Amino acid sequence: MTNSITEKAEKSWKIICDKTDLVKDSGISALIANATGEDEQIAIFHLPNSEEKIYAVGNYDPIGKANVLYRGIVGSIADEPVVASPLYKQHFSLKTGQCLQEEHRISVYPIRIENEQVQVFY
Amino acid sequence: MSTGKQLLKKFKIVVVGNGMVGHHFVDEMAKNIDYDITVLSAESRLAYDRVHLSEYFGGKTAEDLAMTTPENYKQLGVNFKTDAKVTLIDKIAKLVGTEQGEIYHYDKLVLATGSFPFVPPIPGKDQDHCLVYRTIDDLEDIAASAKVSKVGVVIGGGLLGLEAANAIKQLGLQTHVVEFAPQLMGVQIDGGGGRLLREKIEELGVQVHTSKATSVIKKGNISRYKLCFSDDTELETDLILFSAGIRPYDNLAREFDLAMGERGGIVVNNQCQTSDADIYAIGECALWNNFIFGLVAPGYAMAKVAAKHIGGLTNDGELAEFTGADMSTKLKLMGVEVGSIGDAHGKTQGSLTYTYENQPEGVYKKIVVSSDKKLLLGAVLIGDTSEYDTLLQYMLNAMELPESPEGLILPMAADKPTLGVDALPDTATICSCHNVTKGDIIAAIDTGSMTVGDVKSCTKAGSGCGGCAALTKSVADNEFEKRGVEVKKDICEHFAYSRRELFDIISVEKIKTFDDLLSKYGKGLGCEICKPVAGSVLASVWNDYILKKPHLSLQDTNDTYLGNMQKDGTYSVVPRIAGGEITPDKLIVLGEVAKKYNLYTKITGGARVDLFGARVEQLPPIWKELVDAGFETGHAYGKSLRTVKSCVGSTWCRYGVQDSMSMAIDLEHRYKGLRAPHKIKFGVSGCTRECAEAQGKDIGIIATENGWNLFVAGNGGMKPRHGDLFATDLDDDTLVKYVDRILMFYVQTGDRLQRTSTWMGNLEGGLAYLQDVIIKDSLGINGALETQMKAIVGTYQCEWKTTIEDPEALKRFQPFVNSDKQDKNIQFVTEREQIRPAREAEKININFIDATEKEVVAEEA
Repeated sequence: MTNSITEKAEKSWKIICDKTDLVKDSGISALIANATGEDEQIAIFHLPNSEEKIYAVGNYDPIGKANVLYRGIVGSIADEPVVASPLYKQHFSLKTGQCLQEEHRISVYPIRIENEQVQVFY
Repeated sequence: MSTGKQLLKKFKIVVVGNGMVGHHFVDEMAKNIDYDITVLSAESRLAYDRVHLSEYFGGKTAEDLAMTTPENYKQLGVNFKTDAKVTLIDKIAKLVGTEQGEIYHYDKLVLATGSFPFVPPIPGKDQDHCLVYRTIDDLEDIAASAKVSKVGVVIGGGLLGLEAANAIKQLGLQTHVVEFAPQLMGVQIDGGGGRLLREKIEELGVQVHTSKATSVIKKGNISRYKLCFSDDTELETDLILFSAGIRPYDNLAREFDLAMGERGGIVVNNQCQTSDADIYAIGECALWNNFIFGLVAPGYAMAKVAAKHIGGLTNDGELAEFTGADMSTKLKLMGVEVGSIGDAHGKTQGSLTYTYENQPEGVYKKIVVSSDKKLLLGAVLIGDTSEYDTLLQYMLNAMELPESPEGLILPMAADKPTLGVDALPDTATICSCHNVTKGDIIAAIDTGSMTVGDVKSCTKAGSGCGGCAALTKSVADNEFEKRGVEVKKDICEHFAYSRRELFDIISVEKIKTFDDLLSKYGKGLGCEICKPVAGSVLASVWNDYILKKPHLSLQDTNDTYLGNMQKDGTYSVVPRIAGGEITPDKLIVLGEVAKKYNLYTKITGGARVDLFGARVEQLPPIWKELVDAGFETGHAYGKSLRTVKSCVGSTWCRYGVQDSMSMAIDLEHRYKGLRAPHKIKFGVSGCTRECAEAQGKDIGIIATENGWNLFVAGNGGMKPRHGDLFATDLDDDTLVKYVDRILMFYVQTGDRLQRTSTWMGNLEGGLAYLQDVIIKDSLGINGALETQMKAIVGTYQCEWKTTIEDPEALKRFQPFVNSDKQDKNIQFVTEREQIRPAREAEKININFIDATEKEVVAEEA
């Protein structure tokens, strides 16, 4: 699977949006392409008061089965930055993608702010 | 099933009478499935709550008062027959027979025939409109008579007589009470208490005539009748209600030779057996130790004893005994609190009394103590019964009184001795209706009850007359505390405060943002619990547009997108249709919008229209069209006012007595947008037929001939609850004033996600306390509550109108920050000619070969 022809999609930092498009202490969603070139939805959260300030995770809620995580409320549970699913309120760690209540994990993506732009590594 | 049990199945118990006590017996007995129970009732209805009978005129129905239903009895395996008057007992053959000639065999017979109202032998007593007050049928007769009467007289100024007077006053009659004795409620309270009670009742517009013996009822000059008294005075009246005491319904026992008391009553022993060991008598027909108990709690105790005794004969159970009952009572008569404990008249040899009277405030308190001042023997409380629980426990448990017993009833005593619940012995009865002791409450906690609510549902404490609710709570809380169960009110790990405390902090410290609140009073980053709470409180206190930048991240998704998120991530659109009134043109707009955007359309339970399946990016254009057509947001997404359900009222309906439609629309517009601990629903009915189901709403309003009756804290949903009658016959302005205060008080003190029904249940002092706060301004906060409500009403804005006019806010409705594509996971299929979300198995998976390719339309495939 890894050495297939789709390998051509070389990973790199790609610009998603301007820093001003971020909403403080809240989320937005964006489309990126996965390894096979398909659209993948990600949720980007801007928590200026937290350690890493910006996080990117998968937008798909594996429990509610809908692309809604960017609309969840963010915060912290025992110092772990989290988003709570807006559907059934499970918490997902923004650092690891691990669900704190059930056996689920969502993807996490490297993200950074460079030159007032938001970039994701994919 | 074992053979032994099958044999026992044949053990037949016949219960004659299905009043509260008869029903309680059935309930107790039916816990044991081994018996064949048959209930024969002469009334047309199964058991209902006679204690709260007067509420029938306050809007409660026969169903509300019912204590059981045919379905319930069937489920318990109990056979029953209504309209089946028993006329025959054959003690030898062990048979009973009904009027209709049906014969039933019994192994044990239980007589729970109750009592009937005593009508003094006054000439003229048997005419029309001369009625009694005992059954629902009686009440229906009274209501019918009241329709063609102006003046009503109750003969008898005892407890029941005053209840009856309240009932006819509620029906709008000019009301009189005529009492033979020199004072009211002579059985329960002393002369001083009687005097004050009379004053208070007369203040409420009921005229009291004491020391009056009626000698004859004649045709009246102005009214229908004229009561002629032995002192040659007269009183004109249209309706006469006899409430001169009760007499045991004991004719069966008399006719079939069971031992009887001299003045009636079926003699029973400590096991409630009559002179025939296989026949029991319980409740008001039974005479124990030459005494008839006219209260429900002793009747329940008898029912329990009889059930245990009958059970004991087959189960080797411990023999139970009835050894008398405490006749102390606490109640509210026409809004006047009355309490009577033990020897209220100080008849005990050598007893001493302490009396406190405050005439301006209408409070009278007396305690009767033993000659050595060590024990409490009795008490009378009028106008304020807050010390009732403490005093009752002193008496029941023979606890030693503090040095100056008067401190127990003096309001100003700084070091007022309060009875620590810890001091109560385990045997102390906390709830006398269900005979729950402190020990029972401890046992309930030991076996896993975690909250006061658990304790109540496990022990039934507080579910009878409810008088012990506060005491039950303090006993339970005290036990929790002893076990180290911290009664924690922190809303989450970020704030060590309750919602109410946060409310105070935000308003007193004038905090306007969550960041400010978090840095001063919290820790961490917040979460999905404290953020919406703060958002709601900030909105309640400052009423800012909730999507203003600093508040945006606090809102639940429903509040952020101003719609209700559905399982697939789409939203529903619910415009406000105040009172359910809508013009055809607007209805057409809704239809056109739904059609244009292909939205699933449904009429809601709150009399408006719900449009489902809107994607985030569709919400602004949809709402633009709706706002342009004159609609505004319905706040279906908010913890705020939802709908005011109404009927058309006097405008159209033949039965309506007030314009409920206008009232509903006015109220809906007044309170729309108000942020609260949870959603709020109203109902306004134009007459007592109650078509708007207002009693199932947080705020229920029912029109009367003279104004509006206000009900509070009703609920449908998970835990249905009928609203409590809060105030009667209010004019429009007073109604709105009370609702303003109640809602604002709820907004300030309610816990997170606490509906008004649970809020009310947790208010210490319950309804009476809320009435004190709102009507009498006992906390002195009404001015502030009204000002705050005024500010919120004055700064209302339609959140959708504000949103569609703000380009910055509209950015949030873009599905992706870097693409105009739609979410491919949202897919619909057609069902009954409308869309519905596709189930996982129905979804079409689309693989994108090229990420830059434009639209791939899933639905087409």
